Amino acid sequence: MAAIEKVKVVVLGDSGVGKTSLTYLIAHNKPLLSPGWTVGCSVEVKLHRYKEGTQAQNTFFVELWDVGGSNNHRNTRNVFYQPTHGIILVHDLTNRKSQGNLQKWLSEILNQDSTNPNYQHLDVDPEQFLGSTKIPILVIGTKYDLAEENQRKNQYRRLASSIAEQCGADEIFVNCYQARSLAPGNSNTVKLTRFFDKVIERRYYSRASPFPDKRPAIPSYVLDSTPVSTNKRPQYLSPRFYHMD
Amino acid sequence: MTFLEDTLIILISQTVFFVGGWVFFVKQLFRDYEVHHLLVQLIFSVTFALSCTMFELIIFEIIGYLDSSSRYFHWNVGLYSLLFMVIALIPFYIAYFCISNVRFVSKNMIRPLTMFVWFIYLYFFWKIGDPFPILSPKQGIFSIEQGVSRIGVIGVTVMALLSGFGAVNYPYTSMAIFIRPVTQSDVLSIEKKLLQTMDMILVKKKRIALAESNNMGRNQYMNDQSGAKNRGFWRNILSSVGSIGNPLSQGTENIAQLRQEISGLEELSRQLFLEAHDARTMREKIEWSRTFQGKYFNFLGYFFSLYCIWKIFISTINIVFDRVGKKDPVTRGLEIVVHWLGWNIDVSFWSQHVSFILVGCIVLTSIRGLLLTLTKFFYKISSSKSSNIIVLILAQIMGMYFCSSVLLMRMNMPSEYRIIITQVLGELQFNFYHRWFDVIFLVSALTSIFTLYLAHKQPSVN
Repeated sequence: MAAIEKVKVVVLGDSGVGKTSLTYLIAHNKPLLSPGWTVGCSVEVKLHRYKEGTQAQNTFFVELWDVGGSNNHRNTRNVFYQPTHGIILVHDLTNRKSQGNLQKWLSEILNQDSTNPNYQHLDVDPEQFLGSTKIPILVIGTKYDLAEENQRKNQYRRLASSIAEQCGADEIFVNCYQARSLAPGNSNTVKLTRFFDKVIERRYYSRASPFPDKRPAIPSYVLDSTPVSTNKRPQYLSPRFYHMD
Repeated sequence: MTFLEDTLIILISQTVFFVGGWVFFVKQLFRDYEVHHLLVQLIFSVTFALSCTMFELIIFEIIGYLDSSSRYFHWNVGLYSLLFMVIALIPFYIAYFCISNVRFVSKNMIRPLTMFVWFIYLYFFWKIGDPFPILSPKQGIFSIEQGVSRIGVIGVTVMALLSGFGAVNYPYTSMAIFIRPVTQSDVLSIEKKLLQTMDMILVKKKRIALAESNNMGRNQYMNDQSGAKNRGFWRNILSSVGSIGNPLSQGTENIAQLRQEISGLEELSRQLFLEAHDARTMREKIEWSRTFQGKYFNFLGYFFSLYCIWKIFISTINIVFDRVGKKDPVTRGLEIVVHWLGWNIDVSFWSQHVSFILVGCIVLTSIRGLLLTLTKFFYKISSSKSSNIIVLILAQIMGMYFCSSVLLMRMNMPSEYRIIITQVLGELQFNFYHRWFDVIFLVSALTSIFTLYLAHKQPSVN
C-alpha cells in the first residue's frame, strides 16, 4: 500500500448543501441514504486511475475531506486545510445565497493564517487562479432534481455560478440521490475525472518544472495561491501539524 | 375626527414596525437562505408589528397621548389580532410545513392532516388552562381573557426560563475569573490528536477501498474465466496461485471489522473536534478579555451578578412569604427619595415621567434582547430544509413573549396606569402570574447555576 500515492481534496460549502452526500457518491458510486450533520470533518477515499487508457496510467488515492460548514466552527476548521491539493466548492441549486457564499469559502481557505484566529475575509483576486500553478478548483451544484423542472432548460445558463467563470473552473450539476449522475461515461464524470487528473498532475508531475507556462516571469508572491506566506514548500513540512505527507 | 386621526397615527406606526420586521427578516435572519415562501416573511413581520403596537399603546397610555376611547379600541383590535395569529394562524402553518417536509405523505393528504393536527393542538391548548387558577369563571369562550390567560401561562414560563438562564449566564461568560486558562500548546496538542485520528481513519478506508477493488477485479476475472473453458489447465492453476501471491489482494481483509473500527474512530474525531473548538473559543475569550471592551464588560459583570443574586433572593422571599408587590418600584423609589433625602417633589408628577422612561427602557431592551437571542438561536439550529419552520416558531415565541410582557409590565407601573391593562385584559388573576414568574425564574436560575458548575469542571478526553 505504500506504493500508492495520495492527494488531498477539500470539499467546501455552506451547511446543508449536500457535501456529505456528494463525497459518498463520488467515493462509493451509490447514494447515501441518511446523512447526518457533519461535525468537524468526514473523509472518504477514492481509488482513481490517473490517465486511464494511456501509457502513463497510474493509480492514486484521492482523499476527499468533507469539512462541516456550520458557522460556529469557523475558528477550528482551518486545522483541516493544510495541505490542500484541490478544492471542490459545493452549492445548492435551490438556494441562491449558498452560491454567493462560495467566494467567502474560497477566501477562507486561501487567506487563512493559522496563527491568527480572527482572520479577515480579504477579497481574493480571481486573476490569481488563472494559469496552471494554482490549486485546481471544481464547482458542483447539488439538488439538481429540486431546481424547478419546467425551467431547467431555460435556466441552464442562470444556474451556472459566477465564481466558476471567475476562476476558470469547471462546473457540474448533480442529484446526489441518483447514482447515474456520476455514472461512467456521463459528461459530469468526465469533468470530475479531468479535475482529479489535474490535481494529481499538479502535485506529482509538475514539480520538476515550476514554470510550465511560457508567460513572462511574474514575481512568485503574486502567483502564489497563499499570499500570506511567501514560502510555499515549508508548509508541507511544518512540524506543528503531524500529518503523513 | 380625533378618532380618525388617532387611527391614522397608529396605522402609520404599524407600517413602520412592519417594514422594520421585514428588513430584520431579510438582512439578519434569512441572510443565508433564499426566500421561497413569502407567506412566512409576511407572518413574521405582521406578528412583529402587532407586538410593537401593544408596547406603543402602553407608552401612549402613560404619557396620555391619544384619546382614551380610541386607545381602548386599538388595544382591543391589536390584542384580538395578535391572539388570532398566535393561537390559530401560526400553529396551523407550522403543522403545514412540518407535514410537507415529511417525505412519505402524498400531496392530497397534507391539508386534511394539517387540519387534524391543528384540532388536536387546539384541544391541548384549551386543557392547559385547567390546572392553573387563572380565570374567574364568568367569561365566554371567545373572549380575550380565555386566550390571554393561556398565552400568558406559556409566555410567562418562557420569559422566566430565559431570564433565569440569562441572569446566570451573563456573569459567567463576561467575567474573567470564570475563564479557564488554556495555552496555545494545549490547543495545538488537541489538534495534533485530531489529525492523527483522521489519518488512522484514512488508512483504514484505504484498506477497504483496495480490498473492494480487488474483490471486484477478481469477480470480473472469475466471470471471464467461467466463460473461457478453453484456457489451459496450467494457466488456471497459475492464475489462482498468482492472486494469492499478489500483495495487493489481501482477501483476508475483514471489511466488517474495519468498518466498525472506522465508526469508532469517527466518533472520536468528532469529540476531539468539539474539544478543539472549545479550546479555541476559550483562547479567543482570553484575548478579548484583555481588550478595553472586555474589561468594561467584566466590570459590568460584577454589578450584574449582584443584581442577579438580589433577584434570586427576592424571588425566594416572595415565594416563601407569599407576598406579591403591591407597589411598583417607581413609586417606592420616589417615596424612599422623599423619605430619606427629604426632597420635596411632586410624587404623582414625577412618577409619570419616571415610569415612562422605565417602561420605555424595558420595552426597548426586551425587544432588542429577544431579537438578538432569536437570531443566535436561528443560526445555531436552522438548515435549508427547516428554516421556514424555525422562523414560524420564532414568530410564535415572539408573539407570546410580548403578550406576556404586557401582562407582567403591569407590575412596573403605578396604580393609575394599571387600570387600562386590567380593563383590556379583563379579570385575570394577575398575582398568579407574578408568583408563577418568580417560581420559574428561581428554578431556572438554580438549574443553570448547577449545570454551569458541572460544565465548568470539564474532564479532558484521554
